[in-house]
Amino acid sequence: MSQLALKVKLGKLESLTDNPTHYCAGCEHGTLTRLIASAMDEMGIREKTVMVDSVGCSVLAYNYLNCDHIVAAHGRAPAVATGLKRVKPELTVFTVQGDGDAASIGLLELIYAAKRATPITVFLVNNAIYGMTGGQMAPTTLEGQVTTTTPFGRDAALTGTELDVSKLLAGIDGAAYVKRASLVVQELSSQRGKVYTIKNLLDAKKSVENAFKVQALGGFAFVELLSTCSINWKMPILDAKRFVNDRMMKKYPLGVYRDTFGVEKQ
Amino acid sequence: MSKQRVYLKGNEALAYGALEAGLNAYFAYPITPSSEIPETLAKEFGSKKYPEYKFFLQAASELEAINMVLGAAAGGVRAMTATSSPGFSLKQEGLSYAACMELPFLIADICRAGPGLGNLGPEQSDYFQATKGGGHGDYRLFVLAPASVQEMALFPRIGFDLAFKYRNPVLILGDAFTGQLKEDVEFPEFTPPKYDVSSWATTGAKGRAPHILNSLELDYQKHYKHVGKIFEKYKQAEASEVRFEEYLTEDAEKVIVAFGIVARIAKGVVNKLRAKGVKVGLFRPMTLWPFPKVPLRKLASQGTQFLDVELNTGQMYQDVKLAVGDGVTVDFLGKWGGVVPTEAEIESKLRRLEMVVA
Repeated sequence: MSQLALKVKLGKLESLTDNPTHYCAGCEHGTLTRLIASAMDEMGIREKTVMVDSVGCSVLAYNYLNCDHIVAAHGRAPAVATGLKRVKPELTVFTVQGDGDAASIGLLELIYAAKRATPITVFLVNNAIYGMTGGQMAPTTLEGQVTTTTPFGRDAALTGTELDVSKLLAGIDGAAYVKRASLVVQELSSQRGKVYTIKNLLDAKKSVENAFKVQALGGFAFVELLSTCSINWKMPILDAKRFVNDRMMKKYPLGVYRDTFGVEKQ
Repeated sequence: MSKQRVYLKGNEALAYGALEAGLNAYFAYPITPSSEIPETLAKEFGSKKYPEYKFFLQAASELEAINMVLGAAAGGVRAMTATSSPGFSLKQEGLSYAACMELPFLIADICRAGPGLGNLGPEQSDYFQATKGGGHGDYRLFVLAPASVQEMALFPRIGFDLAFKYRNPVLILGDAFTGQLKEDVEFPEFTPPKYDVSSWATTGAKGRAPHILNSLELDYQKHYKHVGKIFEKYKQAEASEVRFEEYLTEDAEKVIVAFGIVARIAKGVVNKLRAKGVKVGLFRPMTLWPFPKVPLRKLASQGTQFLDVELNTGQMYQDVKLAVGDGVTVDFLGKWGGVVPTEAEIESKLRRLEMVVA
């Protein structure tokens, strides 16, 4: 573990503000914010980075990440990012979207940003639910999963099966980097009792950095990050982490779906 | 482009007018009868004549296009899109956000018949949507109404200027007629002014605090103040940015109020009647917002009677009535569905004006 721990920069990051986050206990949005800030610091790109904040739990990121921000309308972040990046190609432009934002109301904007090989970076937080609006069904909600708009469990016959956004983007030639990672710690059984591993988190960190690298190389980069929403799932935090590791990961296997520039191997 | 006269369609003139006004980026979505605007700008992309014109892209939807414009405007450049009525409905989302975020850009609506798909003929039925905000929340667009191909060519200069001066989207509201009409136009020499965007554009927080372009404000008092501040700007614009044309109104007993292509037809009526010694005139708002309330009221105070003519069922009519106040005769002649009034129809309505009860 000590070797792994060394890779995470501790202490104050220049790319993070001092504001406390509004995220619920157990939520991984704050983790992603930290990973992004850490990548911005390490790559020295903070002063030329513009974040396009999307509508959802990520919308208040302008309070936390110490860079320029544009707050887009629901689903439109990739379009806004495209507009800025195309007129200011020297900037690093990225967005953090939720699954409702990116996979439902903004699916067209996401697909076309990828189709055009737009050199931007999109992080998609997949927590299988609309978080900020209070726990409604998302395109990523698992079959049978209870949400406020599927109170008897998601009915696939009516609402279809889960939308796998990484798989969808993997079929688009313009996407240079498509990866699914997880922000959730994993429980391991051991003879000495429960232990937790942050192996997936460290891989998520690498994915965040790679996604910025791919943009610098001129490509469209997309990283889907599995995450919990214990509040809206109405589960204790640890049960929510188990839900991601045991249930969501089966439906949404982690891995590299496209890597045109081979950044994963570097 | 030099000072020489060129023979252009209104839409083409608008496109060249935008280039002459220093256009940097255009985001397109095709819709009849506005498509010559993106087609012209696609053709001129990369041309050495316009070195400031750096980017053209056809978007996948009206929504995508307006949000790209918003992103480009956030970078502080001169960005633009154009559409026609059904597309203009879809633009409202982006316009509402942009007004709240105080983003400057130019949009054109080459109005066609509605509601719904309507048809491809001229209407002025987007007047309400254009001048009253159009999207959700309280805001206004600056609305310029060209009445000729020449004005289609020159209004982008005024448009970008207003957009950057007030940090607000500006709309050029044409119609199928002004867009498709072909006339001789001139482009007088023009050097696009430079605008200082350094205090707000999102160009990277190097050596300064981050710039945050945002329409979200969860603190009610702060949002109250922000929208109030935007309306202070509007108040200032209402006092100093009103544009209109008065044609033979000085001694006129009857005045036609019309904008865009209808004003062209109305001018013909005025000329014809003046030749017969009838004292008629034309009042033509060139800015539909801010609306020329004060000059209209001044005319009304001279005892003038008004005939408002529009390509809709009576939208600007409400603003005219409000401007002139109670006890003033304002009759209305409207045509819609792509139908345009004839000079004879306007003349006959004008002759019966004294029979209308104020």
